[in-house]
Amino acid sequence: MTGFRTLFYKEVLRFYKVMLQTVLAPMVTTLLYLLVFAHAIGGHVQVYGQVDYRSFLIPGLIMMSIIQNAFANSSSSLIQSKVAGNIVFVLLAPLSYLEFYAAFVSAAVLRGLLVGLGVYLAASPFADLPMHSPFFIAVFAILGGSILATLGIIAGIWAEKFDQLASFQNFVVLPLTFLSGVFYSLRSLSSFWQGMSHLNPLFYMIDGFRYGFFGISDVSPVASLIVALGFLAALVAVTLFILKRGYRLRH
Amino acid sequence: MSKPAIEIKGLHKRYGSVAALDGIDLEIPKGAFFGLLGPNGAGKSTLINAIAGLTRPDRGTISVMGHDVIDDYQAARRCLGVVPQELVFDAFFTVREVLRIQSGYFGLGRENYDWIEQLLYELRLQDKANSNMRSLSGGMKRRVLIAQALVHRPDIVILDEPTAGVDIEVRQLLWALIRRLHGEGHTIILTTHYLEEAETLCERIAILNMGRVVALDSKQGLLSRGEDQVKSIEFTVDRPVTTLPDAVRGLFAQSADQRCVLDVKGDCGPTLMAALEVFQAAGIGVMEVRTERADLEDVFMDITRMDRS
Repeated sequence: MTGFRTLFYKEVLRFYKVMLQTVLAPMVTTLLYLLVFAHAIGGHVQVYGQVDYRSFLIPGLIMMSIIQNAFANSSSSLIQSKVAGNIVFVLLAPLSYLEFYAAFVSAAVLRGLLVGLGVYLAASPFADLPMHSPFFIAVFAILGGSILATLGIIAGIWAEKFDQLASFQNFVVLPLTFLSGVFYSLRSLSSFWQGMSHLNPLFYMIDGFRYGFFGISDVSPVASLIVALGFLAALVAVTLFILKRGYRLRH
Repeated sequence: MSKPAIEIKGLHKRYGSVAALDGIDLEIPKGAFFGLLGPNGAGKSTLINAIAGLTRPDRGTISVMGHDVIDDYQAARRCLGVVPQELVFDAFFTVREVLRIQSGYFGLGRENYDWIEQLLYELRLQDKANSNMRSLSGGMKRRVLIAQALVHRPDIVILDEPTAGVDIEVRQLLWALIRRLHGEGHTIILTTHYLEEAETLCERIAILNMGRVVALDSKQGLLSRGEDQVKSIEFTVDRPVTTLPDAVRGLFAQSADQRCVLDVKGDCGPTLMAALEVFQAAGIGVMEVRTERADLEDVFMDITRMDRS
């Protein structure tokens, strides 16, 4: 247990020491999204019939900040350690694959949750945001963070250079996030794009998370929960396999 | 008989078409001070990485204090402290943080903090304990690497070129510390480019070349391979060498003032006799004859050269 705790502590200390960049900066970016989109679109759109667009947007943006920062934390920590060579200290230690995985994911989820909480606290005074089910809010926040943190581990291990990681972020994570319903309800899309969106695993996390606030969603929160859990289980299996094989870590 | 500290059987590792390790069999007894020598690219670092679990061998097995490095990796790694060759560090943390974190990876908590303070003291790092790693000089970073390797008091300490690029003071400090650790019963494995270092410190030496062990012997055993072997003979003659006939001067590898140096290949006796006969026939008086014997460097060069040819 001490091995896991130490690696978790180290990962948290790493982002804590540069909190301005790792927590405050993404909070400000997200709040700018809120300001701009709510101003530009806010007056014209009602979602789910009765929900004001600004209120609708906030949970989407909170979830987006959770998943983006969870991904950023695990992936950047790994690539930095690999490029600097100090990953060797973790590789020489008797940490199990599970401890390695769990520590990186927990720290990344914690950073995601901190940014998400910050966005919530800063944005909620400016909108009427109900809280229908704190359980679903918490579960989807943690699940969303875990899924992207795990994806961040895979990307961080796979990438050998910073630009490879940036491509993963720009060509995979960002499109999946933007097209997952952060900024709109799927009901506003044509049936073809609704169908396409259902293939995006991030959609279920955002939809389920939003259900936690409004009690309304595009698909049932239980269905979203099952999809998210299944997706996480598959990613965990892949990650533990590559960690055990030493893929790109133990040459 | 107790198991050796490290036992390697039939180890192979290829990188593309290059065989970095080409069938290594090696046993390192507990408590040994073991030197791993070899030219660049001989496979020393690959071998160390395989022992430490940083590289996966294609074939063969390695056990560390009886624990297989793949199947029982956690127990194997607990017994090992490795000082990597590259000067790597984590720029986010201070020296003390780095050591406490490394100690935690090995499952040790506050109970180990006294030992960490002792390491800081012994490696003369106590003034830098709260400095960020980034602000340290190269020699200081090297000392932190050594402290990190020792933080969990491993049975076996592996040092991959520990004194590369450090000044004499740090080198002396390291030698003293390594000697003391050995005296306390730790098994020490050292790779080095400085043969003088191996000759001074190591009791047993393996020479690697092109992924294979080409010599494995005690230091005395290796040196004695060169002991009977006279490397060169120096004659001091009774006149300046510039006055010698060209036919005579041409026999020697070097000549200056009144000295002529003859390289010896094979047996010394006949070479010496033949040279004396030449001097006698030319009517040149020989005032002094000195022979130079091979040291570890010569033995090393001989072994790796023979292996290549």
